[in-house]
Order: sequence, then C-alpha cells, then structure tokens
Amino acid sequence: MDTPAKTSSAIPPRAGVGLKAAHYSPIQEQRPDIGWFEVHAENYMGAGGPPHRYLEAIRRDYPLSLHGVGLSIGADKPLDRDHLTRLKRLNERYQPGLFSEHLAWSTHDDFFFNDLLPVPYTQEALTRCADHIDQVQETLGRQMLLENPSTYVTFEDSSMSEIEFLRSLSERTGCGLLLDVNNVFVSATNHGYSPEDYLDAFPIERVGEIHLGGHARDQDDAGAPLLIDAHDRAVADPVWTLYARTIGRSGDLPTLIEWDNELPSWQDLFAEAQAADAILVQSQLERSRVAR
Amino acid sequence: MPSWCKASWSEAVSLAELQSDFIDSLRTPSAAAPESLATPGGMRPNRRFNVYRNNVVVSLIEALRSSFPVVERLVGEEFFKATARAYIDHEPPRSPLMFQYGETFGNFLDAFPPAASVPYLGDVARLEFARLNAYHAQDRVPIAITHLSTLPPEQLGEAEFQLHPSLTLLSSRWPVFSLWAASSEQQSAQDVNLDTGEDVIVIRPEYNVDVRCLPSGGYSFLKALQDGASLGDAAGQASEATENFNLAHHLEGLFGLGAVCAVELRNSKQ
Repeated sequence: MDTPAKTSSAIPPRAGVGLKAAHYSPIQEQRPDIGWFEVHAENYMGAGGPPHRYLEAIRRDYPLSLHGVGLSIGADKPLDRDHLTRLKRLNERYQPGLFSEHLAWSTHDDFFFNDLLPVPYTQEALTRCADHIDQVQETLGRQMLLENPSTYVTFEDSSMSEIEFLRSLSERTGCGLLLDVNNVFVSATNHGYSPEDYLDAFPIERVGEIHLGGHARDQDDAGAPLLIDAHDRAVADPVWTLYARTIGRSGDLPTLIEWDNELPSWQDLFAEAQAADAILVQSQLERSRVAR
Repeated sequence: MPSWCKASWSEAVSLAELQSDFIDSLRTPSAAAPESLATPGGMRPNRRFNVYRNNVVVSLIEALRSSFPVVERLVGEEFFKATARAYIDHEPPRSPLMFQYGETFGNFLDAFPPAASVPYLGDVARLEFARLNAYHAQDRVPIAITHLSTLPPEQLGEAEFQLHPSLTLLSSRWPVFSLWAASSEQQSAQDVNLDTGEDVIVIRPEYNVDVRCLPSGGYSFLKALQDGASLGDAAGQASEATENFNLAHHLEGLFGLGAVCAVELRNSKQ
C-alpha cells in the first residue's frame, strides 16, 4: 500500500451513518455522539448552495468519508475525466478520512445507468479495473477502498472467484477494500454459497471499512429466494451475526449504516449505528477475555 | 442454446462486447437476459437480470419525482411515472449527477402527445428545473442598491450588471407562477385562470430559492441586462416593450431580490 494517503481527519473504528439531507437539521440541533458520516460524492458536486454549507458545518464537527457511486470503475471504456476532476476537487475541499468506490460499472455510450452493474471476473476485466483504480489513486493522490458488490447474476466467462478478483486488484494497485457484509449475504444467498466461507476467505487485512445495510426479498426464475440490495430498511439479523463474526476476525473497523431509500427518522438511524457500536464493544470484551 | 454455442461464445466475447450486449438487453424491456450470463439450474436468468433493469428505471423515476414534484402533483403519480419512463427511454442521463438530470424534461413534455391536454406542463417543468439549478448554483454575495450612488451619475446609463449565478428568467404564455404556487402549496391548480401568461424569476441569493412573478416590463428589462446590455439600453428596450416602465421600481425589486452581484462601467473595463 504505497499510495500516499492523507492522514488528517481519520475515520475512527466505530459506527457512522450515511448522511442524508433530510437529517441535516436534527444532526445540527442534537450534535449526536456518532463516530463519523459518509456522503455520496455525486450529491455534493454542484458548484455551491445549501448542500455544501451543511456539509461544511458537519465536517467541522465530525470525520467524513467520501463514497463514490458514479465512477464506473468496471467499465470497458476510459473513466470520465470530468468526473475524476470533480472527485479530486471534492477530496481537496473536504479532506475525507476515506474514499471508496464500487466494483461495478454504470456507463456506456455516453449514458449513465444509475445502478451498479456486475463485472465479469476475467483477466481482461481485472486489467481494466486495475488501470482505472491506478488512475483514480494517482489523480486523487491517495489510496481508495474498493467495495465488493451485491450481484444477481454471474457470467459464463468468469475465470476466477470474486474474492480472487478483489484480492488481485488490491495487490496490483495497492487499493484497500470496503467489505459490505450485507452484500456478502445478498450475493451468497443469490448464488447459493456460504457467506461464512466467503467472509473467512476474504483478505481481511486489506479491509479499511465495513458497510451494513438492509435488503429486500424477491424470487428468481426457479422460485428460489433472490435478495435485493435495497438500502430501504434496517439491517437484517443474519447480517448482524455475520458482522459480529467479521469483527471478531478483523478487530475494530469503521462501520457504516447505509439507509438510502424509505428513510427512517434520525433517531431510528442513530439507533442502528448504536447497535453496531454495541457489537464492536462486545467484540472488544471478548477479545480481551481471550487474551487474559 | 446448444452447449457448443455456449463454449464458442465464452471464448470470443470481449469486455466491450459483453457490456454492449448487456446494455442492449437492459434497454429493451421485452428482451431476454444476455447470453453472457450463467444459467443457474439451466434456466436463462431473466428474473435475475430484470433486477438490474428495474433498478435503473425505478431509480431514475425516483430522481425525476424528487426533481419535479409539482409536475407530478398536476398530473398524478401514475401518469407521471409513465411519462418519466418514456422520457428515460428517450433520453437516459449522460452524467452521474442526478440533480442535473431532467434539463430537457420540459421540452419533452411539450411534445409528448399524452400530455397535450395539459399544455402548460413543460413550462412548470422548466420552472422546477430552474429551482433545482438555483439550489446547486455557485454562491455569490449580492450588492445593495446604494452601490449605484457611488457611480458618476452621467455614466450610470453605461453601467453593466453582473447578475447572480443562480438566476433564471422564464417567460410563459401560461400563468406558470400561479400554477406552480397553487400546486406547491397543496391547493388546486384548477382555480387558476389560464388566460394570461406570466414571467418568472428564480434565484437563490442565500439559503432559500426564491420564485417570483415579474411585473410587466420586468422580463424584457432583466433579459437585456442578462444578455449584457447596459442599464440605459436595457431600460430603453423595456420602455419600448411596456407602457409606463418605471425604472426605479424595477431596480428596487431587482436589488431587493439580491439579483445583482457587481456593476461595471464599460469604459473602466478597458
């Protein structure tokens, strides 16, 4: 990991939440005791206005993590230079403790398909993703974290596992990984493998942040359960259990509650963050008991 | 699909082809899932693939709903969603910045046959997009009207105004302000008399986006200033277009809204 990293405004190894405009006021009024906030970079790419004023105010009081949803790292086509420049400016302006993006693509023929589309795990895609990640890290002058996806399909052509693909990218580019435990549960259910095995094989030493979110239930073509990464409800019980298992292996890590649709009240969102903090504390106690 | 066909496919397909085919299927609702996908249990994963198709369309419909709430209120949720779907198909976003999506929604509505009975819908959409633009526009501190008294009176006519970056002017043959105001205050737009047009200014000098109906002559005066005319020329054009154009009254309104950020004298720019 030899990419120069900004050390200022470090994200603490405790719970944070995704910042939503609907919660600006309660956060400013209550100044809640929460570790940090994360924002979707694209929502703050306007030239000015209230979004920046609120974010500046919140940044004065809390560490901030920047999470991109539109870079399209897995696209065959070159990255959008204008978008990279906007990210660079945002990174310089807010000095976030972490910057992350997705193993996914969303652009094609000048169009943007507002979703995280799946990448085939081939040598060609690996090379393309690695080049794009190199370009991002060089442009921003910092390390980025790459997030494992929720997927609903797999490709005939894939010649390696998702974990092999992520590990290779991290080793080649020096990028860290963002481990979304809900995505692991969603993909494992959808493709019929064990989420525990996946987590145990994940290169945990390269993980800089954890995501937790809610999922919806549907059915696939054969009537089997198909989980959808909807971010529209509370974290499910099996995902909390997998989270505790992950933390037991990794030690404390910054943990984000993502809730992007059907937004809860600030109090309900804060309660989810406190649930994650409670698991972090419990894990610390268990580790110290074992050490003694 | 015979198995030999699958094998030859997987050897030949490049990332570029694979993504091209993926998008072709994504954009064609009746299409089957792309052939590059694995087939769990031997079944073409149409329902699985449809999750992506659905995610794209639903997230873009939601983006348009949040940007055009008054258009939605005027036509109802069901009609709005169908219209949004047609627009998304016609003009998918070209940028990952969702608050910029919908710039051409007003023009689309003008020409959308199912909306022909609501002919003012396009103007309402343009007003809502102007509000969104103002919200995200560059911040700049406006100047007060007293600034004009610091200029030599004989050169005042030569003064050029730099208007606020968040400002948009709209001229409508429909009462677009009244329609927007009635609908955004949860009142009924049906009581609005459709006989007269309205001109509108949208601006955000501080936190809040301001939408105002311009008095007679205001649009031609401000449009001239916005296009770089001097104060004297802009006032001249407005006087020609409007009887009894009262310059002092309009200047007071303009500065009162925080619409002026700088005043320059032409000869001082050399």
